Amino acid sequence: MTDLLAARSQMAMSLGFHIVFAVIGIGMPLLMVIAERRWQVTRDAHYLELARRWAKGTAILFAVGAVSGTVLSFELGLLWPGFMEFAGPIIGMPFSLEGFAFFMEAIFLGIYLYGWDRISERAHLVAGIMVAASGALSGVFVVIANAWMNAPTGFTLVNGVATGIDPIAALGTPAAFPQTLHMTLAAYAATGFGAAGIHAAMLLRQRANAFHLRGLRVALLMAIPAALLQPISGHHSAGFVAESQPAKFAAMESLFTTQARAPLLIGGWPDPERGEVRYGVELPGALSFLATNDFNATITGLDQVPRDEWPNVRVTHLAFQVMVGLGMFMIVAALLSLVAMLRQDDLGERPLLLKLLVLASPMGFLATEAGWVVTEVGRQPWVIQGVLRTADAVTPMPGLVVPFLGFTLLYIFLAVAVVWLLRRQILGAPDAVDWRRRHAPLVATTRHE
Amino acid sequence: MSDLPLVELTSAACLAAITAYVLFGGADFGGGVWDLLATGPRAKAQRALIADTISPIWEANHVWLILVVVILFTGFPSAYARISVSLHIPLTLMLVGVVLRGSAFTFRSYDRRDDDVQRRWGMVFAVASLVTPVLLGLAAGTVAGGGVTAPGRRSFTEAYVLPWLAPFPLAIGVLTLLLFAFLAAVYLTVEARDVDLAGDFRRRALWSGGALLPVAAVALWLARDAAPWIFTELVEAAWAPVLHLLTASAASIALLALWQRQYRVARTAAATQTALIVSGWGLAQWPWLLPPTLSAYDAAAPTATLALLVGALTIGAVVLFPALGYLFAIFGRAASGEQRTANSEGPTTP
Repeated sequence: MTDLLAARSQMAMSLGFHIVFAVIGIGMPLLMVIAERRWQVTRDAHYLELARRWAKGTAILFAVGAVSGTVLSFELGLLWPGFMEFAGPIIGMPFSLEGFAFFMEAIFLGIYLYGWDRISERAHLVAGIMVAASGALSGVFVVIANAWMNAPTGFTLVNGVATGIDPIAALGTPAAFPQTLHMTLAAYAATGFGAAGIHAAMLLRQRANAFHLRGLRVALLMAIPAALLQPISGHHSAGFVAESQPAKFAAMESLFTTQARAPLLIGGWPDPERGEVRYGVELPGALSFLATNDFNATITGLDQVPRDEWPNVRVTHLAFQVMVGLGMFMIVAALLSLVAMLRQDDLGERPLLLKLLVLASPMGFLATEAGWVVTEVGRQPWVIQGVLRTADAVTPMPGLVVPFLGFTLLYIFLAVAVVWLLRRQILGAPDAVDWRRRHAPLVATTRHE
Repeated sequence: MSDLPLVELTSAACLAAITAYVLFGGADFGGGVWDLLATGPRAKAQRALIADTISPIWEANHVWLILVVVILFTGFPSAYARISVSLHIPLTLMLVGVVLRGSAFTFRSYDRRDDDVQRRWGMVFAVASLVTPVLLGLAAGTVAGGGVTAPGRRSFTEAYVLPWLAPFPLAIGVLTLLLFAFLAAVYLTVEARDVDLAGDFRRRALWSGGALLPVAAVALWLARDAAPWIFTELVEAAWAPVLHLLTASAASIALLALWQRQYRVARTAAATQTALIVSGWGLAQWPWLLPPTLSAYDAAAPTATLALLVGALTIGAVVLFPALGYLFAIFGRAASGEQRTANSEGPTTP
């Protein structure tokens, strides 16, 4: 394994690990807040219990997200000093803003988790809203930094040196809007379906469980709109990528030859050496439509891209297929759930729908991972599109396979620990005494019961 | 905007963020150290007090470190890049410590009480709290000692190991650990609900505070050869006598107040002492970011970036400080109006 490959693998693994917790850190606070608000309006104790259990899960997952995010902020320099030296002055701004958003999230999460019996009901809800808002905002800022890597703006390149640096123009990179919208919706869809699937699984065991019925409904309330809006955002993103990163777009759809009325390829196994795709289904003109809203438009193929600037076509294509396929499945699940909820069906008596939702539970996370593979692998060999090659940004430090393996083992260990802990604590019988000692708002429970 | 001394302001903001991280995040690490060293009949109560004190605030306190990193790579990108290359190994090990400390602490908090699993997480938390500050201090000591230089044609050991595996960085590592532990012990005397528990941390604060002096003296003596640029400033600069006088006064007041069980006075004095130590390092090193080769002026990002960064930090501070104040007002015993005298047990509400 070369040092460059080790560095890329470590970065991919660290991002792939962190993104799960980051997504949950954006989505879960919104669920908590909705449940708490429902409790305050209806005084239905199940909603309070939901808010508390979700908060408990959030606390565990947020902590792992916070520390794995710290690792990333250091890894940017530890692995890619060349990138940070070049990009720091240009895109430091979204990172600084993210720092403050993360600060607010951590502060108000502390207040939310430990302040049940210390502040008023209203203040507690506001703290939750602050967590949800700053969580979403910090995600937006980080994605803006990544958007800049795809469509760099705000500087002029003179002999490999950035001059005329304008950080505001960098913040306004045209990739910012499509990417932040796509990622924020992804976070809500992934967390919403993730939570819905868990409650659906519990309902399959106990069909009339009022707690899980409410949990399922609140989770779907977040998942359904996100999943249904995502294809619109995806279409917009695709159009942008086709225009700004033709090589990435061509790799996503294994389009080796520039052509008019380009077909959308569903599935298929590309062979970059021969410039062919096997086993795929082609929808004529659909790719042209996806990119430009015109079935007859000409789409740039990989033949227009120098061979040494091709991304890995197989990985990019496969990841894109996986993302879109999972997205489609979630749209179906969202539509069926929406119909059932509009008809006011008893969701506990719809075992087939429940099973579908259990199946959809991990899909948002998998689709998010696949989407990031498309974004990142599809940009190679560039770390900053058209400006800086990944190979030129890597640290000169040798032996990078050692930290790669080290962090991989550490993260596997943490992942196992988190899953085990969540099973034991959230899904298993709650240790009521400990739970109340720690989180129960004494005033609230006595008032209610 | 361009008339402002932007390089100085950015450097000051970076130093302020480091100071805040030491005062808040550092004390949380110190708490972990005292968890590891919890002894005597009240060991369990000591651990419970530490956990209750840092639970709501450690994640917010931790963000100061991220702020330091962000200021560095935005304002001084070449310094950040060089530090990341030269200190790859200790910083990576420090990150492992950061990850294990935070996650193990959370896993322990949310797991069932009193079983083996929980004790094991507690051990991971405590050991990581002990090791991480040493590595953090080690990295700072390497920067101060001029260990961050281009790898060049040197061997792996010469370029990536020997700069930090040296007496001066190690001394700064130990000093950092002691300082964090001292701060934590002093803070915990204020947070403790009963007199005996406060007494436990009073003893710990006195010991660690007392040990700071000889270790600081050794570090200073080593700096004479290892970091002459800092040593000279600390001895000869016009501001040096004032700084030493203030630091020595704060340290004496802290120890004296601890002795007298005036815990709040001790807390203020210990925090002041710490802030002065960090500021003293910053002043003595100025204008070098990476002595003796890279100054803040040479490393600074273009004016447009610095102006925006200083602006963002200012606006950020305006939003941040009230929120932080609110957090500490809710959870700090001192601020919540709970008075505790040497004779009273438990809280008395006014």
